[in-house]
Amino acid sequence: MQSAKGIWKVITASSVGTLIEWYDFYIFGSLSTIIAQKFFPAENPTAALLSTLATFAAGFIVRPFGAIFFGRLGDIIGRKYTFLLTLVLMGGATFLIGCVPSYATIGGWAPFLVLMLRLLQGLALGGEYGGAATYVAEHAPPNRRGFYTSWIQTTATLGLFLSLGVILGIRRLVGVDEFTNGNGWRYPFLLSIVLVIVSIIIRLKMKESPMFTKLKSEGKTSANPLKESFGKRENFKMVLLALFGATMGQGVIWYTSQFYAQNFILTKCNIDYEQGNIIILIALAMATPFFVLFGWLSDKWGRKNIMMAGMLLGVLFYRPIFNEIYKEADVTKKEVTAMEPFSETWNYVSANGQYPRNTIEFTDGTVLKSASKISSPIKRSPNWQITLGQDSKAKIIVLVFVMVLFVTMVYGPIAAFLVELFPTKIRYTSMSLPYHIGNGVFGGLVPFIATLITTLPGTNALSGLWYPIGVAALCFIIGSLYLSNKLNSKHG
Amino acid sequence: MDNLKRNLGIIWMLIGPVLFIMLMISAIDNINGHTKGDISNPIPWIIILLVFLPIAVGLTIFGWYALKGNYDKKSR
Repeated sequence: MQSAKGIWKVITASSVGTLIEWYDFYIFGSLSTIIAQKFFPAENPTAALLSTLATFAAGFIVRPFGAIFFGRLGDIIGRKYTFLLTLVLMGGATFLIGCVPSYATIGGWAPFLVLMLRLLQGLALGGEYGGAATYVAEHAPPNRRGFYTSWIQTTATLGLFLSLGVILGIRRLVGVDEFTNGNGWRYPFLLSIVLVIVSIIIRLKMKESPMFTKLKSEGKTSANPLKESFGKRENFKMVLLALFGATMGQGVIWYTSQFYAQNFILTKCNIDYEQGNIIILIALAMATPFFVLFGWLSDKWGRKNIMMAGMLLGVLFYRPIFNEIYKEADVTKKEVTAMEPFSETWNYVSANGQYPRNTIEFTDGTVLKSASKISSPIKRSPNWQITLGQDSKAKIIVLVFVMVLFVTMVYGPIAAFLVELFPTKIRYTSMSLPYHIGNGVFGGLVPFIATLITTLPGTNALSGLWYPIGVAALCFIIGSLYLSNKLNSKHG
Repeated sequence: MDNLKRNLGIIWMLIGPVLFIMLMISAIDNINGHTKGDISNPIPWIIILLVFLPIAVGLTIFGWYALKGNYDKKSR
């Protein structure tokens, strides 16, 4: 096994690259509204179709396909060069998105090029994670595998943190107008190339995983990893168990606690864009060390117990937590201190591009701005923009932090869990597919299915949560019954 | 415990096709329905149904393996 100094080099090289890949993938999602305006004008049906494909195909089809494609490659030629390739692909695609001229300049080529680059991003992401997790795990001693791989597990959340931080920073630096209507939105994409070059230099210095090197020198690598992973019952049953007993629930918990929470705060609670994202940023920063804590604990208590506990907590507490967030942002229950008179003239542009004409202040420091005249008694309106008072803001940060804690429980130990489920020679292929179906498909479907549920009669703002709760509950039952909590894997 | 795992295999075998049929009914109801946005757009539905079909089949196979005792303690 690796020396203590060596393992930290391995972890750093793997984690930095994976973090950058997540950053690259998220900035597209975080800037989707601006990207839609620049490349996918709604009045053009072809552009609208390409926009839908960019949203749905990248996560649902290309990510699992990337898992299979790069997983196979990683089991044949090795982990190091495969996840180096995914990094180049992701960084290149992200940088180029920032360079594509808008629809107004080159017409239909713009959405087509952006769609292709987005699909390349999905493909690269599908191959990256399995490689990084496998690479670190194969350097780590078995009794500390949960701890060491947990550093890789922090990267998805840190990637989201970094993307939000860079976007907010550049937005503030260049101004909202330049960011939204000028070229400011391109800078987070262009920045990616610098990060990727640094990461490639670090990764090039690394050696191949010792377990894979040993396998290769003995001529025991798999000639056909796809057939061995999915064609043999002994292994395929474990792929299915990994998906339905672990990654399916982990994917929805991950997505709901972070992305759905962000979306809920901004669109259902109408909290100001900057304040809403700062709430998420602080909660993510506070919770990130817990990935490592739960990864470390999984070496002592077993992976299953911790992952299942996280899933159960999500099932039990999602509705009460989201309900508290909703209530905290409900200004109809707050006491008014000052109400500026309704202005007939638009005097300034707010951060989200609206024109507040009516402003109300509340006793707890909350300020409500509205593009339309606020009626009395106050009734909720989608034209609102709320800036919360300090107490309400702090309370929502704590609530989001608690939800991200659930993520750290299910996600912290999962790399070690997946690695230990499969033999070295087909590990990259076998673990990548259930991971990306769980996260890309089940997790990625949260907003779509949640919206679908809210179209049903008698539903409310919280009804969409039944999808992640249902999936996590099913996964909890399957995982609790069928998974083993044994600490010693038969696959070294 | 092994008996419970085996018996529940039947439930998992049924859940796969049931969920897929429910998703298909939702797709038919929502495409060009009264709803707005992606929910009424056929493209996301086609992608989701295409992706969910193998997943539903996978859940059924998982149930079959469970029923046949492939996840029993002694066979692990």
